[in-house]
Amino acid sequence: MNPPGSFGRFGGRFVAETLMPAVEQLSAAWADAWADVGYHAAVDELLTHWVGRPSPLSAAPRLAAASGGGRVWLKREDLNHTGSHKINNCIGQVLLAVRMGKRRIIAETGAGQHGVATATVCAKLGLPCVVYMGAVDVERQRLNVLRMRLLGAEVVPVTTGSATLKDAINEALRDWVANVEDTHYVIGSVMGPDPYPTMVRELQRVIGREARAQMLDRAGKLPDVVVACVGGGSNAIGVFTDFIADPTVALVGVEAAGEGLHGRHAATMARGEEGIYHGMRSLVLQDDDGQLLEAHSISAGLDYPGIGPEHAYLRETGRARYLSVTDHEALAGLKLLARTEGILPALESAHAIAALGQVFAEWGDVDVLVNVSGRGDKDVHTLAAHAEGGR
Amino acid sequence: MTSRIAAAFEGARREGRAALIAYLTAYDGGPAASLACLRAAATAGADIIELGVPFSDPTADGPAIQAAMVRARAAGATLPRVLQLCEELRRTSDIPIVLFGYANPIVRRGVDVAMRAAAAAGVDGVLVVDLPVESADLVRGPARAAGLDWIGLVAPTSTAARSAAIVAGASGFVYAITQRGVTGGTLGAGDDVADHLAAIRRRSALPVAAGFGIRTPQDVRRLVSHADGIVVGSALVEASQAGPGALAALVMALRAATF
Repeated sequence: MNPPGSFGRFGGRFVAETLMPAVEQLSAAWADAWADVGYHAAVDELLTHWVGRPSPLSAAPRLAAASGGGRVWLKREDLNHTGSHKINNCIGQVLLAVRMGKRRIIAETGAGQHGVATATVCAKLGLPCVVYMGAVDVERQRLNVLRMRLLGAEVVPVTTGSATLKDAINEALRDWVANVEDTHYVIGSVMGPDPYPTMVRELQRVIGREARAQMLDRAGKLPDVVVACVGGGSNAIGVFTDFIADPTVALVGVEAAGEGLHGRHAATMARGEEGIYHGMRSLVLQDDDGQLLEAHSISAGLDYPGIGPEHAYLRETGRARYLSVTDHEALAGLKLLARTEGILPALESAHAIAALGQVFAEWGDVDVLVNVSGRGDKDVHTLAAHAEGGR
Repeated sequence: MTSRIAAAFEGARREGRAALIAYLTAYDGGPAASLACLRAAATAGADIIELGVPFSDPTADGPAIQAAMVRARAAGATLPRVLQLCEELRRTSDIPIVLFGYANPIVRRGVDVAMRAAAAAGVDGVLVVDLPVESADLVRGPARAAGLDWIGLVAPTSTAARSAAIVAGASGFVYAITQRGVTGGTLGAGDDVADHLAAIRRRSALPVAAGFGIRTPQDVRRLVSHADGIVVGSALVEASQAGPGALAALVMALRAATF
């Protein structure tokens, strides 16, 4: 028998007993909210009139030509309020927290996009917000740290471990254990203990629901391939889910190969093995002793040694494929999209762009839907450093 | 046959005191320093050793034990080496040893293999912080099959139904967490802790040990009439940094407060 919230043998609830009642309460509150038209109306109201949904679908002919043919359609999550898909999830979770009577919000963030989105929703709804962020990420995503502070959030730099996303999650979990009765932890991806992977998927599913209708309307057909970057995996699950039942649509996740698969990377699908980590059973980068390895990616949002359990399941069942792209290729992908289509994507999203060459080489003259999960303003410091370094 | 754990609680009870359970992170300072500290704790009067298995991401632990795990891993700690340490401690001491850790290093090694190796190394019980009662069978079955006790962990937030299930699935003793939060905090004021412990004791035929936030002999005295055992962790880990002598002094002071 699989425990609740399982995707095949992945998923589950592997947290300290102190958190289990909160996880059970969250699960029940989520089921109750999701069945309530009032909750959906509140979520939709903010998504439509505050975030600006639906996000556009942009044809990208010059990018397609430069990537080896076919047609490319860009789902423009970069145009959302706060600059990424993360806000879709935050609105749902913070509204849920209010419904549950929680008076304080905490979150982890890697690239800062989830932190900014959480801080933004908390400002809108009048809740105090604490964001844990690895000290390395605080440095490379300075702009987002400033934005979070301007929005009234407290940003806590985390110096333990690799001082990146996984350590920020560790610290957020410690905060939650200590303050579980009045605090809701807004996890930013389709990871962690049940119900998070399912809840975040349902809240991000709007991406694929819109894109599917937009493709039918604009292209007169479904895409042949859907491509998205994966760190924890929320934007990918968001765009994949409404296509899972369409057998003609191939689903491709793109993870960060960092310096290359033989060097430092964050390619959990390519190099990870089954483990229990951050509340879930999934694939993780680990050594023979079950110790987590430090991931590496130029993009803070993909710099994570685990992956959401549903992705592990989609890979195992063969429904989705996973490719990887190096730091260097991602930088090239970013420049390519900027110069062919006038869109500066986040470094995370640039991984999906950079995979287009591989996709067209394999699938040929097809229609590819790419989720541009966020915009690149936050990455200018990193980009400047690499330009100065002659890359 | 009475287990070493049961005998330790029974021995303390006959002396009219609570058992003192000393937590140390295995391999902290390297194998030699760690073994010296474990022996010092046993000699100074600890009744049970709780041996922390180092993990890269100890989300239930506070700063003192996190730092100890970083030192231990830097010194080369792995699960097999921790078990080697148990074996060496077992050569000179009959003190019960409970492994205290996270699921992944055990699962990675293969649960059956890990539990048999632990039993062979002289370990008496296992406690896995991130395996709640719903998922406990993953390790509990193999642990029991290897002759090890499965220590149940009850939190201050556990509902009555959850506490009952945890106690029912436990053997050896029940570990009652005395504060919300990670290890290494301080005890809150008020009667909450006493009520929490009383509720678990009513439910449990097993000894109940209180832990989390207990640092000083004063803390021990406050809880001693409410629990069958008292766990001290972070404070001992910190004391052990000054060497086995300083550690032994704190163990003696804590032990004196268990009457």
